[in-house]
Amino acid sequence: MIRHVSKAAAALALVTVALTVVGCGSSANTLILYNGQHEQTTDALVAGFEKATGINVEVRSDDEDTLADELLTEGSNSPADLIYTENSPVLQFLVDRGMLAQINGSTLAHTPSKYRSPVGEWVGVSARVSVLIYNPHLISESQLPTSVSQLADPKYAGKLAFAAGETDFQPIVTSYARTYGQAATLKWLEAIKSNAGSHIYPDNETVADEVNRGAVAFGVVNQYYWYRMRAELGASGVNSRITYFAPHDPGYVLDISGAAILKSSAHKAAAQKFVAFLVSKQGQEIIAHSISFEYPLDDGVTTAAPETPFSQLQPNPITIQDLGDGARAISLLRQAGLL
Amino acid sequence: MAVPPAMTPSAITLPAVPRARRPWPLIAASTAVAALLALPLIFLLIEANDSGITQIKDLIFRSLTVTLLWNTVRLTVAVTALCAVLGTAAAWLIEKTDIPWRGLWAVLLVIPLAIPDFVISFGWNSLTLWAQGFRGAVLVMTLGAYPLVYLPVAASFRNADPGQEEVARSLGLSRTQTFWRVTIRQARGAILGGCLLVALIMLAEYGAFEILSYRTLTTEIFTEFDVSFNVAAACALSLVLVALSVLLLTGETAAGRGRRVSRTGAFTQRVAAPHKLRRWRLPAVGFPLALVGLALGVPVYSVISWIVRSHQAYLTGVSLLDAGWHSAAYGASAGAIATVMAIPVAILAIRHRGRIYQLLERSTYLVLALPGVVIALTMSYFTEHYAGGFLYQSTPLLVLAYAIMFFPLALVGVRASVLQAPPALEEVGRSLGTSKLVVLARVTLPLIAPGLMAAFCLVFLEVVTELTATLILVPTGVQTLATQFWSYQQNFSNGQAAPFALAIIVLAAVPSVLLGYFFDRQTGGR
Repeated sequence: MIRHVSKAAAALALVTVALTVVGCGSSANTLILYNGQHEQTTDALVAGFEKATGINVEVRSDDEDTLADELLTEGSNSPADLIYTENSPVLQFLVDRGMLAQINGSTLAHTPSKYRSPVGEWVGVSARVSVLIYNPHLISESQLPTSVSQLADPKYAGKLAFAAGETDFQPIVTSYARTYGQAATLKWLEAIKSNAGSHIYPDNETVADEVNRGAVAFGVVNQYYWYRMRAELGASGVNSRITYFAPHDPGYVLDISGAAILKSSAHKAAAQKFVAFLVSKQGQEIIAHSISFEYPLDDGVTTAAPETPFSQLQPNPITIQDLGDGARAISLLRQAGLL
Repeated sequence: MAVPPAMTPSAITLPAVPRARRPWPLIAASTAVAALLALPLIFLLIEANDSGITQIKDLIFRSLTVTLLWNTVRLTVAVTALCAVLGTAAAWLIEKTDIPWRGLWAVLLVIPLAIPDFVISFGWNSLTLWAQGFRGAVLVMTLGAYPLVYLPVAASFRNADPGQEEVARSLGLSRTQTFWRVTIRQARGAILGGCLLVALIMLAEYGAFEILSYRTLTTEIFTEFDVSFNVAAACALSLVLVALSVLLLTGETAAGRGRRVSRTGAFTQRVAAPHKLRRWRLPAVGFPLALVGLALGVPVYSVISWIVRSHQAYLTGVSLLDAGWHSAAYGASAGAIATVMAIPVAILAIRHRGRIYQLLERSTYLVLALPGVVIALTMSYFTEHYAGGFLYQSTPLLVLAYAIMFFPLALVGVRASVLQAPPALEEVGRSLGTSKLVVLARVTLPLIAPGLMAAFCLVFLEVVTELTATLILVPTGVQTLATQFWSYQQNFSNGQAAPFALAIIVLAAVPSVLLGYFFDRQTGGR
């Protein structure tokens, strides 16, 4: 009996020590980055930045929407100095709520104006493009749709997969609605929902995975998922290919990943340096050689083969303003019962 | 030594000791704990109120809710029923028969509790296309949750009075009749209690269903929070979950009513002779072997195969140790806190008669059915609104969130021991003029120590495998095994994620073995 009690006491003491050690937080001269981008690439960028400037950065990774939710809850108390996301709508959402600070003009100048906040509150860092991933054992390239509107064709029933809840899917919905209008978009969503049936997945990783192993014939993803999957499985493990929609099709959408500084940040000067580093030659080179397989936005930096060169992409001309904060897409997805 | 007969949360009423005065310190402590556990509910009500009754009504009464409700209910029913059957059958084989290697099975059968559901589902999913949707979810959740029935039922079988079975047999009942009318009846409380835990946990499960593409109320709550910034919709759906769990609790209480734990010679344990399986002795091994193979073998196999197949460099030694240390420290801290919180609630509900005390205790189970994200947002809401962000994303707040989330599991462990500790010993202590606190420290706590250990282990296991609340509340820059697994797995880096999954299994296997061993040793000896 006594032994039990003394064991419990020892355990409690250990816990107290553990709490003290673990509880030691970050110092005042540390930047806090809320990261919705792929963690390994962000870590490489942070390591490069710390080496170049001596400024320490702590990274907090989660889905970008959850991070935006957190920022909203935290308000002016937020510990965050920076946010780095995979898509622009999250950043526009924060712009609309007046939560972001101006980015220095010299930093903004690094990226073409169509790839950054119209009011200068965030800057584009890299880009991805939507593609079709397909399994050649289940469907031939010639049978694939060339336009996103054809996804609604009943002949694709049971063959199509997509991730309705994924932030990467919303820009496609917004783009569709811009071209064909609200009512047609709702009809289209209902049709692709019924075509996909049980192949509506939680994220693009799952879509890529399921197509690759033959659970479903083809799906809509961003190009880099396929490259990343190939890096993990090796060329021999890949049973799928990617292909693009017809040039300028509403489904052929460029997504801009960007970074911003929080208005509530107490370390704005250091935060400006970090954003400047992301779009600098050095930062862009890190992205180009990371396993993210995204397109760096700096003209001088190109990605490693075999990606289609950025300059040869022919996406739909939808703008950052058109993409907005994604609220319209979300409301349509909800009406269609997809969210 | 006291024997936890059943980790059942139901009101098993031993003759309570009438007290002249109300136990104010106990009442105060229990009320404080219950109030803390009610915070997530208060948060939901505040959010619901802010968005207006009409909007909440529209959000609850839409066609999607019906689909999700149907998905949630049929899954909960199927998994709970399967867990009841498998858990009870395994417990009967191990405890009541002469099956070979029972010591080994007693430990192995518990370990699946330690494997995170997202690892089990990922493992199955990467092996076969069959494990998808409803059947995949039923398979994975049953394999992960049956130990919650197995543990209490095994303890209850071991503790049951063998005299009753002998009497039944001598009165001419067949073996089968005796099994249904005596053995199962004796374990009914334990089975119900285990089922309640399984059902509540099923309501809150997220990771596994996301991987298996099965939509429930909880997966939808995550989507609403994550994708649409729609706190109102998420809260509305969470309220539906609360309603479901109130139903479950009421049902379990009603089903358990009128139950009596009675035995001839209350504190003298007599060991029954095990049923002889005779020619079935070896074939019977197939059952625990299959169960352990599916629940433990398959996930471990697929995790190892990720490492073998991966084309990326995979070992990240430093981060593995660092993440492992954080997971262990958080698990131990939350386990200790939740166990301490459970002591007054359990003692008050069991030792002091009163409907209100029982109600107070039952109310604390609700939190188990709430998704991790709701608990996490509750913590951020209250610190941001009432404390100016004090302690936000700090270790103490994270540990407190864990303690709140998994409090019911601690309570279940503690109350089983309190039920068994004879109040007479405390009375003796008091009659010798010792103060209440000294009696608590020198009589009650040592008596219930095994239950405290079990409570600690259960909470530890759940914390080590927790992901969703961790992502929101963990101090910036800190990684746990679960968050590291998640971040690699999100990146198609299964090979790099795999060592973290293995580390979780190893770390969580320690308390699992302790749990199995603890429940096993609590017998009159075999």
